[in-house]
Amino acid sequence: MSTLVIKDLHVSIEDKEILKGVNLTLNTNEIHAIMGPNGTGKSTLASAIMGHPKYIVTSGSITLDGEDVLEMEVDERAKAGLFLAMQYPSEISGVTNADFLRSAINARREEGDEISIMKFIRELDKKMDFLEMPEEMGQRYLNEGFSGGEKKRNEILQLTMIKPKFAVLDEIDSGLDIDALKVVSKGINEMRGEGFGCLMITHYQRLLNYITPDYVHVMMQGKVVKSGGSELAQRLEAEGYDWIKQELGIEDAEEITEA
Amino acid sequence: MTVETKLAISAQDVRSFSKAHNEPQWLTELRERALANVETLDMIKPDKTNVRSWNFFDFPQLNVEGKVVTSLTELPAEVQAIVEETQQTLYIQHNNTAAYLKVSDELKAQGVIVTDLFTAVQEHSDLVQKYFMTEAVEVDEHKLTALHTALVNGGLFVYVPKEVKVVEPIQAVFFTDHEDTSLFNHVLIVADNFSEVTYVENYLSIGAAKGLANIVEEVIVNDGAKVTFGAVDTLAEGFTTYVNRRGETKRDASLDWALGLMNDGDTISEHITHLRGDGSSADAKSVVVGRGKQSQNFTTEVRNWGKSSDGQILTHAVMKDSSRAIFNGIGKIEHGATKANAEQESRILMLSETARGDANPILLIEEDDVTAGHAASVGRVDQLQLYYLMSRGISRENAERLVIHGFLEPVVSKLPIASVRKQLVEVIERKVK
Repeated sequence: MSTLVIKDLHVSIEDKEILKGVNLTLNTNEIHAIMGPNGTGKSTLASAIMGHPKYIVTSGSITLDGEDVLEMEVDERAKAGLFLAMQYPSEISGVTNADFLRSAINARREEGDEISIMKFIRELDKKMDFLEMPEEMGQRYLNEGFSGGEKKRNEILQLTMIKPKFAVLDEIDSGLDIDALKVVSKGINEMRGEGFGCLMITHYQRLLNYITPDYVHVMMQGKVVKSGGSELAQRLEAEGYDWIKQELGIEDAEEITEA
Repeated sequence: MTVETKLAISAQDVRSFSKAHNEPQWLTELRERALANVETLDMIKPDKTNVRSWNFFDFPQLNVEGKVVTSLTELPAEVQAIVEETQQTLYIQHNNTAAYLKVSDELKAQGVIVTDLFTAVQEHSDLVQKYFMTEAVEVDEHKLTALHTALVNGGLFVYVPKEVKVVEPIQAVFFTDHEDTSLFNHVLIVADNFSEVTYVENYLSIGAAKGLANIVEEVIVNDGAKVTFGAVDTLAEGFTTYVNRRGETKRDASLDWALGLMNDGDTISEHITHLRGDGSSADAKSVVVGRGKQSQNFTTEVRNWGKSSDGQILTHAVMKDSSRAIFNGIGKIEHGATKANAEQESRILMLSETARGDANPILLIEEDDVTAGHAASVGRVDQLQLYYLMSRGISRENAERLVIHGFLEPVVSKLPIASVRKQLVEVIERKVK
């Protein structure tokens, strides 16, 4: 079992503090969901875990099985077992999806022990088939000209090919129609199991209809303010966030706008 | 400003050179006339690059012999690497010597001519005379075109007769391995009406080769014909190069260029396509990697003369070390070229603080009923792209490599011969390292 521990994490972007002391512990074999109104720091948390260059961790810690994640370069975090499905994946012209994925897989293997092309193609075909992606998407340039839905599907394709210990999914459900949402959920559920932990960031409860979380956390004003089981998500869907604000005495004094 | 041009070569030298090659009289006379004008003509003035100290005129000898080979295995490894055994039609030039020529029986039967320029002027004098420095490039444009005409000492002639479709690409390799190279190379490609041909060439220097290159290439695409032209230039640091590639498209003709401009020395590259005929089109793609201390000037121009003609320019360049380069992209629509379209894109990726790259997109439009557009950018590798790639475990170094290769892919993917494509990828890899 692996464990990702986030302790009292404070994160700023351009000198503005967004996260103000986040605490969270994830184990493999667990699915966590983070919910909350817009601009409360959910995506900032995802970016800080992966090491986005614009987000500065001012205090606190993130450890993966005791190893200091914040000391690691972005690629080292990935090789240590972290994965972030991005809300807005970059488009990279001239690099095919397949070549990129093969580089990503080989980055985890020793020189001289690269995955054979045949084996890679078999694996890729299988996963693309499972995610109902047309074969030609392997030869298209990485995310270039992909629709919103295609990009999200492509993030999940990478997830299933790379098989990380922990995946952070940053609004993987946004902009997806119901069919695409089902396919994406199918991909994530396929990963579910002993060697895999997941942190889903979402604005909507509907994703949780397809992927039942073990834990639900609510973020407001840069902190996790409430945690519970999947029933918490249902109550949020039915009643919104106001009851939590009242219960905890939170006022909408400060609005944070997130990129 | 007058540039003093002291030439060691006299009219007599040119006459005897021409005579030694059994050239027809028209060419001897053309050479002499051109030589006489070198002194008085203006020097080429590439925009924003000072070429005054560049050596285009001083060289110890006009002819450097190479070795004729009967088998590809006798060639240097660098040349063998870019030539596939299965290549059906192939010309290899070693220094100023036509070293090897193979033309498929099918092409011969169809009347296609592929031969070195000296043989061409003897065997197809009228045909060469009609197109050599007449339709595309003029002798007296400036000192360098005149000097080229006077001293042309190598090259290739390709003629594709009417309605002949050449299926396999024609390949040419011009390689030099001499320390006193003076390469006045001329490539003349004529695709007659409704013919089709793909041509791919390499300029290559090996070992300690250095010197100067003054290259003129003319591509004439007659009515309804289609030419695809690929090139990879990899002349070493010790070369000063002027390379002029010029296309002429007649009615409904099309000409697609894919140029890998990878010289390591100072280079002026002038690349112009005249869309002369109505409904003709050109796609001028080039990629550049500048490194070391080299200074380069690239002009890519497509000029729309014909109605409904379509001109596309794409230039992607990577600049590193202390290299400098100017990229002039010119789309010009002449008066009367209604419904013409001129589009261009220039993008420069800067890899070092001390490199310099300027993109000058220019649109000159003299007709109302047209469409045109341009995009230009100079920037660094996108940090978010690197972050994305690295978040999948790819190291920073490899992520940069991927982004750069992807950036130069528009030309790599267009080269129709696999070995040349592979060579360009390797050259890029070596240069950006």
